[in-house]
Amino acid sequence: MLIRRSRPGDSAAIRPSEITPESVYLNRRRLLQAALAVGVAGLGGAWAEPAPAEAAALEYKRNDKYSLSEAPNSYEDITSYNNYYEFGVDKGAPAANSGRFKPAPWSVAVSGECEDKGTFALEDLLKGHALEERIYRLRCVEAWSMVIPWIGVPLADVLKRFKPTSKAKYVAFKTVMRPAEMPGQRYPVLEWPYVEGLRIDEATHPLAILAVGLYGKTLPNQNGAPLRLITPWKYGFKGIKSIVEIRFTERQPPTSWNISAPHEYGFYANVNPNVDHPRWSQARERRIGRGLFDSRVQTLMFNGYEKEVAGLYKGMDLKKFY
Amino acid sequence: MPSATVVRRVFKPALFVLCLLPLASLVWRAFEIGGTNLGANPVEKIQDTLGQWGLRMLLITLAVTPLRDWFNAPWLIQLRRMLGVFAYCYVLLHFLTWLILDQDLYWAGIVPDIARRPFITIGFLALLLLTPLAITSTNGMMRRLGRRWKTLHRLIYVIVLLGIWHYYWQVKADVREPLIYLAVALVLLGWRLWKVRRRLLPLHGSADRPKLREET
Repeated sequence: MLIRRSRPGDSAAIRPSEITPESVYLNRRRLLQAALAVGVAGLGGAWAEPAPAEAAALEYKRNDKYSLSEAPNSYEDITSYNNYYEFGVDKGAPAANSGRFKPAPWSVAVSGECEDKGTFALEDLLKGHALEERIYRLRCVEAWSMVIPWIGVPLADVLKRFKPTSKAKYVAFKTVMRPAEMPGQRYPVLEWPYVEGLRIDEATHPLAILAVGLYGKTLPNQNGAPLRLITPWKYGFKGIKSIVEIRFTERQPPTSWNISAPHEYGFYANVNPNVDHPRWSQARERRIGRGLFDSRVQTLMFNGYEKEVAGLYKGMDLKKFY
Repeated sequence: MPSATVVRRVFKPALFVLCLLPLASLVWRAFEIGGTNLGANPVEKIQDTLGQWGLRMLLITLAVTPLRDWFNAPWLIQLRRMLGVFAYCYVLLHFLTWLILDQDLYWAGIVPDIARRPFITIGFLALLLLTPLAITSTNGMMRRLGRRWKTLHRLIYVIVLLGIWHYYWQVKADVREPLIYLAVALVLLGWRLWKVRRRLLPLHGSADRPKLREET
């Protein structure tokens, strides 16, 4: 029927259109198998043995403390509708144009105000960290939202290992620069590569995670494979994807959308229904997956994570530090 | 040149069907006919598609006069009204989609948005200005308004620019597409300006040039 999209958790009502076309998942599976073959298998106990049928499956535990009870959006919605300008500006572009991207092998360069600098293979970076599932709300600055079951590790745990010094007041992140594999980087829509940053107390907040998976499987390319940031109380664009660099800094690092339009996108980018985007209201959001009618819901302060994160911003004028 | 009968019996019905295709494709996808669908955000898809086609139809309407001049095809003028009315329908449906599906008729949000958000104000203004043109598109109204009809319908020059501005202003970072629309509009409007200039400058308006038709 036209109006009702089946509820994501409601498996009895899966319609043909929600099932990923075979060609797409075969392609995805091939990429994932390749990823595994190149050494993701060395990730320690966190990764399942590469069984042929479910090669991409991850071993993880649900973190109930930090998971919503809401039913998540469908895998199809999450992987077919998102922003990843490196693959194009349309919401369907990341899924359409990310097939050539190679998420393995992968390494991350760590530098700046910390003792243990260096370049770390992804598997070494994650070694010893148990993967958790966190069902988080994701609120896009464009006023749409989803509920997504991420798989990842607390960012704080990873950062701690590099022994940041007392000068480390901020953490800066950088996305990989590969115009040959990321067609969107061939156009100066934003300044490439994409950069993001967090204050150190934000970065070490237990809600902030580095995600490597989604719905129990490794991240598809379009969602930021193999490693991305998730800060659920902030607008989605803070969640930098395909991270290749982590740098501890004393000064506030530049961030891509802020460079592009400073009066529209601030460094903090906390979800806030009371501070509108200059061109549109942030008071309500469209929850993806609800169909044609009545799909708007009220936007919550800090995206519903007020209890956890409000303390980080005590005394700050959030209209000024948007 | 096709006869008036061919234009009326063949071209016009064909154009009518053609103009309905974007709308039909939305309906197909909404009902998921043939395995198609509107994607994860159907409201946005409907709204964007209708807005895009509103703008495209406006530009196509605006292209009729230059095309007639360039290809010496006066019969094209007979298709213009239908194109214009379709443009209005797409723009109106785009607005109604925003009102009903996007905003859920949430007036406490809609009214301030129209008043305070410049890109919405501009879009709304374009719709308001387009409404009298649609209403006065009948033969009766054309007769009744006489010369004033032409003056009134020159509003489309402003409306098209407002529409492109409305699009440009809501884009987040990639302004390539609205700029393409702007380029097309500037060519179509520039041609008219150039014709007026040629007519007004006595130096160039030599006797061997055929007298220009009354321009629209």
